[in-house]
Amino acid sequence: MAVCIAVIAKENYPLYIRSVPSQNELKFHYTVHTSLDVVEEKVSAVGKSLADQRELYLGLLYPTEDYKVYGYVTNSKVKFVIVVDSSNTSLRDNEIRSMFRKLHNSFTDVMCNPFYNPGDPILSKAFNGIVSGMMVQTS
Amino acid sequence: MESLTLTDVEQKYYSELFVYCDTDNTKKVASNGRVLDLFRAAQLPSEVVVQITELCGATRLGHFGRSQFYIALKLIAIAQSGLPLRVESLNSGESELKDLPLPRFVVGKNEAEARHAALYQDADSQGLYPAPGAALIPRPPGRGHQNKKGPPSSTSLPAHEVIQPLAPSIEAQPEPTSPVISPHQSPPTSPHSWRKHKRAHSGGNADRQQVVAATGAVWTQFREPQTGPVTGDGMWSSHSPPPPLPPSQESWVSFTADTPPSSTLPAMHPSSVQESTTIRTVASATTTNEIQRQCSNYDDPWKITDEQRQYYINQFKTIQPDLTGLIPGSAAKEFFTKSKLPILELSHIWELSDFDKDGALTLDEFCAAFHLVVARKNGYDLPEKLPESLMPKLIDLDDSAEGPEAAAEVGYSASPVEVTPNKSPSMPSLNQAWPEMNQSNEDTAIVHPVPIRMTPSKIHMQEMELKRTGSDHNHPTSPLLAKPPELSEETKLPPTMKFVAATAVGDGYSSSDSSTSDQEPITRQRSQSGASPEALKVVAPPPPPPRPQQSHSRSSSLDMNRTFAATSAPGQPQTSAIAFPPAVPPRPLPTQTSVPLPGHRVEAEGVPAGGAVLTTTSPQQIPQQPNFADFSQFQAYAASEQPSSLPEMDKHSEAGQVDKISEGAGPLRTVKSDGPADERTSATVNSAKGSSGPLAPPPKPVRRRLKSEDELRPEDEQLGPQKAGAMPAPLTTQPSVPRSVGKDKKAIQASIRRNKETNTVLARLNSELQQQLKDLLEERISLEVQLEQLRPFSHL
Repeated sequence: MAVCIAVIAKENYPLYIRSVPSQNELKFHYTVHTSLDVVEEKVSAVGKSLADQRELYLGLLYPTEDYKVYGYVTNSKVKFVIVVDSSNTSLRDNEIRSMFRKLHNSFTDVMCNPFYNPGDPILSKAFNGIVSGMMVQTS
Repeated sequence: MESLTLTDVEQKYYSELFVYCDTDNTKKVASNGRVLDLFRAAQLPSEVVVQITELCGATRLGHFGRSQFYIALKLIAIAQSGLPLRVESLNSGESELKDLPLPRFVVGKNEAEARHAALYQDADSQGLYPAPGAALIPRPPGRGHQNKKGPPSSTSLPAHEVIQPLAPSIEAQPEPTSPVISPHQSPPTSPHSWRKHKRAHSGGNADRQQVVAATGAVWTQFREPQTGPVTGDGMWSSHSPPPPLPPSQESWVSFTADTPPSSTLPAMHPSSVQESTTIRTVASATTTNEIQRQCSNYDDPWKITDEQRQYYINQFKTIQPDLTGLIPGSAAKEFFTKSKLPILELSHIWELSDFDKDGALTLDEFCAAFHLVVARKNGYDLPEKLPESLMPKLIDLDDSAEGPEAAAEVGYSASPVEVTPNKSPSMPSLNQAWPEMNQSNEDTAIVHPVPIRMTPSKIHMQEMELKRTGSDHNHPTSPLLAKPPELSEETKLPPTMKFVAATAVGDGYSSSDSSTSDQEPITRQRSQSGASPEALKVVAPPPPPPRPQQSHSRSSSLDMNRTFAATSAPGQPQTSAIAFPPAVPPRPLPTQTSVPLPGHRVEAEGVPAGGAVLTTTSPQQIPQQPNFADFSQFQAYAASEQPSSLPEMDKHSEAGQVDKISEGAGPLRTVKSDGPADERTSATVNSAKGSSGPLAPPPKPVRRRLKSEDELRPEDEQLGPQKAGAMPAPLTTQPSVPRSVGKDKKAIQASIRRNKETNTVLARLNSELQQQLKDLLEERISLEVQLEQLRPFSHL
């Protein structure tokens, strides 16, 4: 259902970014990049430091005419950004949350792998698989 | 003999074959015996072989010189491809020859088949061996090396080759061969690519030479590691992932046996000298091969043999002396980095083998990881998913599939369940993990009351048990013993899958022989339970967290949930728990339902007394109906109420009994039929009743009972004599009334709790379903819109 999924490290460089290939990926890269500002805004606005799931999920960052961008930040300031197509029957909040949860889980798995150095691009096949499962199924 | 022009590939192949046949190591003459075996392996009719021999000039010479040998090989290739055998065709007709595939030798020429014979019974290998293109991989010149070993190896090799065409495998012979072969042969490609090659072989000739070239290249690359040639056998024998790597393992094992134990295995293998290894392997592999073959299961190529496992265990001990402990990720990383595999592959292996995703390796996970490393070093591609035989026996694939399915159905936090069925509870923050685990617990149909970590690690088990014991207050210090009592009680519950799990877990816990044996029964039986790993992995939080285990899944009826929940409530006397939940709660309701009861009873004249009445009258066949505890309660009621509330009649006691019986039936019935709300209300009423004790039943039921008793009175005469038989039985239970009342309270409270939880669960489910419904409605609307748009065109 997502058109683009990105994982951004604490230092705001991408660890993983993947878009549905049919569309020009650069556009999505830009989108994700600009969404980082919104994420920062939301993160700083939330003054509490509770590790509440609700706060991890940032919700709709901003909508454009074509798509909507959702954000999620982990406790370690790793950000997940999902771009979904607006033309879809709009996914409900719950579904987006579950997508983020899945992402977070598989990201955790990647982190648990001792062979993965934090900060490296994510090359895990399992992670890839999960992301593919969430992406729009375009031919 | 005319000169023979060979392509590079052919040249290489032929030279290797020649060396293989060069048992006397003369480098000039191939031994007749070996050569003839080779030709036989080419699966050509014997007259063709004879013809070839003549053509190549060996008959003339009396022996196979190098040139004769090459010519013979070429002729074999020609024959195999169906072209007529002519000496002239060797060099003429180049266009044909260019496409000529390399001669295929079904027997003995392949490492694969050599391994086959070593590893598997021939039935398998035979079936698979004739697969095309099997012989493309030339034997490494190292074979000559092996041949130096002397008679055992040399004789074994021809015998080895012969084995293939013969149905039975000669057990003794392949023994030395496989280890001998192993260090020198390495599968040129991974099994997947191998299969592709096979297909390519069957496909076009043109591909073959390329394949050979490729395989040759790869093969040379692998020559150095010198391990795992035997594995190729398994690969070819089964069209599935790589076979057990026993021979390579053995060679590995033998390496380390000879080398100082401090050196790590992976480092050793690539570096060990060929000769030394072969010698060792020959010596040690003989017995191990036998064992291997005996226990190798060619249906399961990833299976770890006993020797391998023992080896892995030894290695595990070097890192972590406690076999039930965990190897932290950093230590594992160091260890596996020594295997010199690329980090990406090690990372993938880790992802596959760290089953519970906790960043540490248990013994099973370590063995799986090690096995994968070995496989990879021997050239097998890593699977995408962990093969079943390598699963750390925590949970079957079925369970992991069920887990997500259950979750998906319920629509709960699908992520932990869907993504990784074995999501570890030790996620970054327990806070995060906890709600997910709760939900996932509810998703799964596991009713197991006690949180159990799916990993076999004793540490976790002990943690859990300690916490459980702490909460239960009534268990001895031994954590392992803490489990069985609860579980044994649970065994009394109706046997459902979930309870099989529970009991199995108990069994698993109680059998504390070895770590692996502990883990295996637990995990295996857990796997039967259909519980998702998350659900059972509710490790850290002790029972105080809600009882998500009274999971409700759509498949299980609420009644069963209640039943299980009742039994799972801690501190509940399990024996009575079975009967209680159904029986106790709805007391006023039975009085309601007892009204129709007399009607039933009237109809059911001549029905035997007591329990029979219950069974016949109650609309639902509740198995626990003869609920003597209830009877005792009712008896108490009857005893107490009779003088107080009812006019004296001898038959009052009977009526009271009947009433109570009916009430007993009623609760049972109502449990089945009424929803949780009823239960709750009835539970409250019951609790009121219970609290008041047998002395002063609340007015409502009394009224009802009076009414029913009145109704019953006329029937009493009919049923009296029948009831007489029933009387002694309930009467005897009278002394147990107070106890049962106390149990009632607990049961009621437990049932209340359970119902509330069920309620929340259902509410959540409801909300999820509502959302899904909205989704579907939206989709429907959009579809309708599209339809309307299309409609005008349909008229055209």
